[in-house]
Amino acid sequence: MGAPDLATVFGIRDAVRSREITARDVCERALETIAAGDGGLNAFNLVMGEGALERAAALDRSREPLPLKGVPIAVKDNICTRGHATTASSRILSGYEPPYDATVIARLQDAGAIIIGKTNCDEFAMGSSTENSANGPSKNPWNPDYTPGGSSGGSAVAVAAGFAPAALGSDTGGSIRQPASFCGLVGVKPSYGRVSRYGLLAFASSLDQIGPFTRTVREAAAVLAAVAGPDPADSTAAREDVPDFEAALGGDVKGLRVGVPRRLLESGVDDEVLTSLHAALDTLQALGATLIDIELPYASAAIPVYYLVATAEASSNLARYDGVRYGFRTERPRSLNEMYTRTRDQGFGPEVKRRIMLGTYVLSAGYYDAYYLKAQQVRTLIASDYTRAFEQVDLVAMPTSPTPPFRLGERVADPLQMYLADVFTVSANLSGLPAISVPCGFTRDGLPIGLQLTSRMFDEITMLRAGDAYERATEWTSRRPPAYVAAQ
Amino acid sequence: MSQTFSREEVERIAALAALELTAEEVEMFTRQLAGILEYAQQVQTIDTTGVPPTAHVLGNRPVDRPDELRPSLERDEVLAAAPDPSPAAGLFRVPRVIG
Repeated sequence: MGAPDLATVFGIRDAVRSREITARDVCERALETIAAGDGGLNAFNLVMGEGALERAAALDRSREPLPLKGVPIAVKDNICTRGHATTASSRILSGYEPPYDATVIARLQDAGAIIIGKTNCDEFAMGSSTENSANGPSKNPWNPDYTPGGSSGGSAVAVAAGFAPAALGSDTGGSIRQPASFCGLVGVKPSYGRVSRYGLLAFASSLDQIGPFTRTVREAAAVLAAVAGPDPADSTAAREDVPDFEAALGGDVKGLRVGVPRRLLESGVDDEVLTSLHAALDTLQALGATLIDIELPYASAAIPVYYLVATAEASSNLARYDGVRYGFRTERPRSLNEMYTRTRDQGFGPEVKRRIMLGTYVLSAGYYDAYYLKAQQVRTLIASDYTRAFEQVDLVAMPTSPTPPFRLGERVADPLQMYLADVFTVSANLSGLPAISVPCGFTRDGLPIGLQLTSRMFDEITMLRAGDAYERATEWTSRRPPAYVAAQ
Repeated sequence: MSQTFSREEVERIAALAALELTAEEVEMFTRQLAGILEYAQQVQTIDTTGVPPTAHVLGNRPVDRPDELRPSLERDEVLAAAPDPSPAAGLFRVPRVIG
C-alpha cells in the first residue's frame, strides 16, 4: 500500500478509518498548509487551530467508520459556528461568537469532518468577487492578480490552494458556482430546501442555499449527502428523502437529453468561454448524450428580477443588525435612534448599504407594485421556462459565468457591471432548481472555465451523474494552480 | 421612462432603512441607484397579465412539526454576544429612551 492520498476527501477518510494516519495528523498538516500558503491568498477569516486539533484527537479515540472521518472542511464565514467568530466578513458582526452551530456544522461533525476555519466572502454574501469583504479580497490561486469570484471566494480558494479537500459555501445568485468556475473546482447549488438554512446568516431567504466545493463530483456528492435532509429547525428544509448520491455515479450519460439555450449564448459571452462550452457539449455528445436546442425566453430578465427580489429580502433580513444583540455598536450614541443609524452606517460596507437602499426603495409605498410585485411575476415566468424545457430534456447546459475570472479591482467601481457576472447563475435560485459547476477548460492565460448543468427540482442525481461522467472523460480536474500547497 | 433620483429621495430611503449616510454616500447612491433602477426597469416591459407572483418556490406545502417543548438557547450565552448586555437583569442595554 502506498502513502495515503491526503489531497482528497476519500483518501483522508480511508486512511483515518484504517489508522494509517490519525485525524490529528491530518488536521495538523492542514493547519500547516494554511500557515504556509494563506498569507498571499486571504482565504480565511479565522483558522480553528487548537479546537480543531482537539476534535480530531477525539475522533481518533473512536472506531466508528464515519463517512467523512477526519476530513478537514473549510466553512464560509456566514455559517454559524458555536463559540467561533462568525462575521459574514462584516464589521457589524465583528467579534460575534454564535451560541449555536448551524445544522450543517452539526451534521458535518456527526459525519466525522473537522471544521478547520471560516472563509472570507463578500460581506453578507453580497458580491461576485470577494472584494466586498471587511477583511480585504481573497486572491485567485491560479493568478493572484485575479478574483477567485464570489461571494464564497474564500471557500473556493481554500480548496483550490490545497488547504482543505472540501468547503461549504452559500449560493443566493451563483455564489458557489461562480467561484467554483473561477477556481477550477466543482461547486453545487442544491435544490432549494435540500439543505437546512438554520444557522446561515440570511441574505435572501427564498434564494439562499448551502452547498459544497470540492475538486471532484464524487467528493461533492459525499459532502452534500452529509449535510442534506429535513430539519425541524428550518421549515423550508424540504421533507424529501435524500438519495444515495454517490451510488448514482460512475455510469455514463447514454440517452441523457441535454438542453442548450443557444439564443441566450449569442451575445455577451466571452469567446474562450464559448469555445470551452462547445467542446464540453461535444464531449457529452460523444459520451452518448443527445443535445437539444431549447428556448428560455425570459432568461434575459433574470438579472433585474434577481436584484429586485434579493435586495428586497436583504433589506428586511438585515434590519436585525442594529447594535443591540450582536457584534458592533457605535461609540457613545446620544439616543436610541442615533445608535441604530450610526451603528448601521459604520458597520455595513458600501455594497450592503447599496442593496439595503435598493431593497427598501422597491418595497416602499408607491413602488412595491411596479418593482417588487412585477419582479415576482416575472420570476414565475423564468421558472416556467425551465418547467417547459424539462418536458424535452433532462439537463440544461450553459457556461457558469459569461467570462473567465476578471482582475481584482476591475469591476469594483461599477456595481451594475459586477451584477452582470451572475447572468447564467441567478435563474437556478429564482426557480429553486439544483445546479452544478464543473471545470471544463482553461483560457490561454491559464485561468479556469466552468460548465453549468441544471437539473429538475430535487433531481441532483442527474446533474451529478453527468458531471461525473464528463469529469472522467476529461483531465481538467488533475491540474493544480501555481499557488497549490500540497499536504506533506 | 428614465429613472431619476433626488438627494432628498435617497435621504428618505436611508431614513426608512435606518441608515445614517455621509454626504459622499448620498451623492454616490443618488447616481448608482438611478443607474441600477433604470436597468431594472426592463421588467416593466414584460406582459405579466394573469401571472401569479412567486414569493417562494416551495409553494404552500405544510411543514408543521409537533408543538413540543424543547430547550432553547441559554440566555446567558445569547447575552454574552451582545455589545452591552446586563446579564444580572437578563436584558440588552440600550441608550435611555424615556425621561
